[in-house]
Amino acid sequence: MATTKHSRLRSPAGIAATLGAIALLLISVFASFIWGDAAGQTSVTDRLAPSSWDAPFGTDQLGRDVFARVMVATQLSMMLTLGATAISVVGGLILGLIATVLPRHPRRLVTGLIDILLAFPWLLLVLFFSVIWGASAMGAMLAIGFAGVPSLARLVYNLASSVSGRDFVRAARVVGVGPFGILARHVMPNIAGPLLVNTAATASVTLLSFAGLSFLGLGVQAPEYDWGRLLQEGILRIYVNPMSAIGPGLAIVIAGLIFTLASEALAIGSGEGVRATRALAAASVTGRRRAVDRGPAVPLQQTDASSDTIAEVRGLRVAFPDGEGGTVERVHGVDLTIAPGEVVGIVGESGSGKSLTAMALAGLLESPAEVQVTRHHFDGIDMSSTLSREEQSRLGVELAMVFQDPLTSLNPALTVGRQLTEVPEVHLGMNSRDSRERASAALASVHIPEPGRRLRQYPHEFSGGMRQRAMIAMGLTARPRLLIADEPTTALDVTVQRQVISVLKEAQRATGAAIVFISHDIALVSAICDRVVVMNGGEVVEVVSAERIREEATHPYTRALIACLPDMTSDRSVPLPTIGTTNITLPEEVVQ
Amino acid sequence: MNALEVDGLVVRYGRDTVVSDVSLAVPQGRTLGLVGESGSGKTSVANAVVGLVRPAGGDIRVGGETVLARGRAAVRAQRKVQLVFQDPFSALDPRMTIGASIAEATRATGRRWSRQEKVERVRALLAQVHIDPERAGELPGAFSGGQRQRITIARALAGEPTVLIADEVTSALDVSVQGAVLNLLRELQAQLGLSILFISHNLAVVRYISDEVCVMRHGRVVEMGETEGLLAAPADPYTRELLEAVPVLGRRMTFEE
Repeated sequence: MATTKHSRLRSPAGIAATLGAIALLLISVFASFIWGDAAGQTSVTDRLAPSSWDAPFGTDQLGRDVFARVMVATQLSMMLTLGATAISVVGGLILGLIATVLPRHPRRLVTGLIDILLAFPWLLLVLFFSVIWGASAMGAMLAIGFAGVPSLARLVYNLASSVSGRDFVRAARVVGVGPFGILARHVMPNIAGPLLVNTAATASVTLLSFAGLSFLGLGVQAPEYDWGRLLQEGILRIYVNPMSAIGPGLAIVIAGLIFTLASEALAIGSGEGVRATRALAAASVTGRRRAVDRGPAVPLQQTDASSDTIAEVRGLRVAFPDGEGGTVERVHGVDLTIAPGEVVGIVGESGSGKSLTAMALAGLLESPAEVQVTRHHFDGIDMSSTLSREEQSRLGVELAMVFQDPLTSLNPALTVGRQLTEVPEVHLGMNSRDSRERASAALASVHIPEPGRRLRQYPHEFSGGMRQRAMIAMGLTARPRLLIADEPTTALDVTVQRQVISVLKEAQRATGAAIVFISHDIALVSAICDRVVVMNGGEVVEVVSAERIREEATHPYTRALIACLPDMTSDRSVPLPTIGTTNITLPEEVVQ
Repeated sequence: MNALEVDGLVVRYGRDTVVSDVSLAVPQGRTLGLVGESGSGKTSVANAVVGLVRPAGGDIRVGGETVLARGRAAVRAQRKVQLVFQDPFSALDPRMTIGASIAEATRATGRRWSRQEKVERVRALLAQVHIDPERAGELPGAFSGGQRQRITIARALAGEPTVLIADEVTSALDVSVQGAVLNLLRELQAQLGLSILFISHNLAVVRYISDEVCVMRHGRVVEMGETEGLLAAPADPYTRELLEAVPVLGRRMTFEE
């Protein structure tokens, strides 16, 4: 945690925001001592002077130095901005959190009220409040502050609701922590981050609102002045002395930028690493298909029967930046060859590099991952060179992927039909009716009933097992030669897992595609694959025949993986053997 | 003597009946495995027992005392049941040190704990689940999935439960870590005389850890009995289907059609 905070402050936006905030603070505090006299001193002889060394922004109608007045106005502008922001945040927090803890019906009432208030334009609310409290600095602050409450309340309510659905909140309820205890102990600390970011953004909007209100004459009244008022006065003389309007305008822009930068710097998260890349890769399956939209349709006769490998990678190394300028290598020189129609299982624990290897084989790893290979082929395409359009289009047709969580690879905003007709339409050059038929046939072949109706539905209307089958169907709409399935059944229970695998094997028989099946369950992999590749710590430790795995597995790590998995014959009276760390430190009885 | 008795339990969400007329019992110091596919109502039973969901009918008794009545006795009985969650990544507050999370759970005992007592109790619990007690001040982010699952077990134990409900506790873990967590549960059961309701869809795991097995489907109990006997000769076709779906090392999975 501490390191991320440091790196946030050290980012360019962080440094700029910090320096800017310090400058604003110093000017607010000391401006009236330094420029106070110059800002108040009237001098009829110097009135309406243009900008000069003594008065960079010129002077106003009473001969007062505009630059000095801009500096002095910083204090009032800042105090009004921060005051109004504080009102918005505190009000939003109270209303939002109350809505979170209320029982269902009163909660509906409060959220409904928030929604109604949100529907009013904030300027209208401000004008309304200005009428109540009159046109004064205090009135403007209250008005802008209260006008900001509904949107922040909505934000707080949404953030808090997402936190209070989490397991740790349920755990706290089970041990008897009350609703207010949960808010204070669990909800508040977890929503503080995004709320802070939004507060900084709100402050920047508030600053502009004040400038706007004062400019309209509804805000600060003479003889007091803030930047908005100075702008209003300056705009009247913009033809005589442009700087008298530009000066206060600059101040507003710079202060607004500082707030925006602060919010920017706070928002910089740490979304880099393996998992983020994996999600990116998942998104890029569909992305790549889209990227070659106008590519030539692949000729239908395209077989390469002579070669005995469909995909091959040699000397694969994958590294990630470690955040401090160096790199960490996660896959250390892996060789993998897949024959046409072969089912290969890759098995290993989290962090063994099994997913990265499969992703790299499919050419799906993108920056920040750094991939090195000595040789990388897929169906006659040299994947280590830059791909031509036609080659990319072939990849889109011949390579299919199924991920653990199909919600990341199926687009939630499009119907299943839209996504299943894409490949036939774009890559196979079919018309929309033919491609719809092909999609419907694909859904039927994975045993989804009523495929016509199902095509019109969205991914969230499918159950978990059905989504996985729809992903397989998406592969079937093309002419897959390799299907990579990354933990496709880990989130499913055993009976559904069996259905999905049955569909997968059927698809393989129908198309003759090869399958790479990734799992942490060595029993499952051995039950459905021809060959099992065991990975540990970024290296392949052993490759064994699936059917003879019990007899032929010799590597201690493979034997340990087998031993620690309970099956229907495990001895219930003894503890299960375990694997100590990612590297091999095994108890004696496991090694045998 | 049964530590937990569920009698004719009915749970509804709106108009959907997700649990209908479920009766089961966890004997003192033993483990009952609750098996079924997702949506079979296993987790709803657990939620009803710990009070996260109000049942629409039936009775739940912990140590002979009903938890559904009003009053302090019922609350005290309910707090004797603690829950371990499936996903160790969402089960711990990411902004709270693990020591504070465990200390918070001591309030389920219903006694007042001084600061010093809490610190000592947290250290003892962490040692019990084989986590270095010196790490009590660290945030959950510093621990692996298996370690976090042990921390959530320690938190459940802080409430001094007589019954522990383990809801799919190993399905989010690597196989090697799964073994360690299962061993830990058995070890704790032997030390503390805990009664465990072990919920899972993995029959091999349930078989390994449970003395008795209860199979659920569509919100009803399909079959119930002593583990070895039931799995050796399942009477219900659904239980047979479940058994068939368990992958066996080195044996090709076959599909009809």
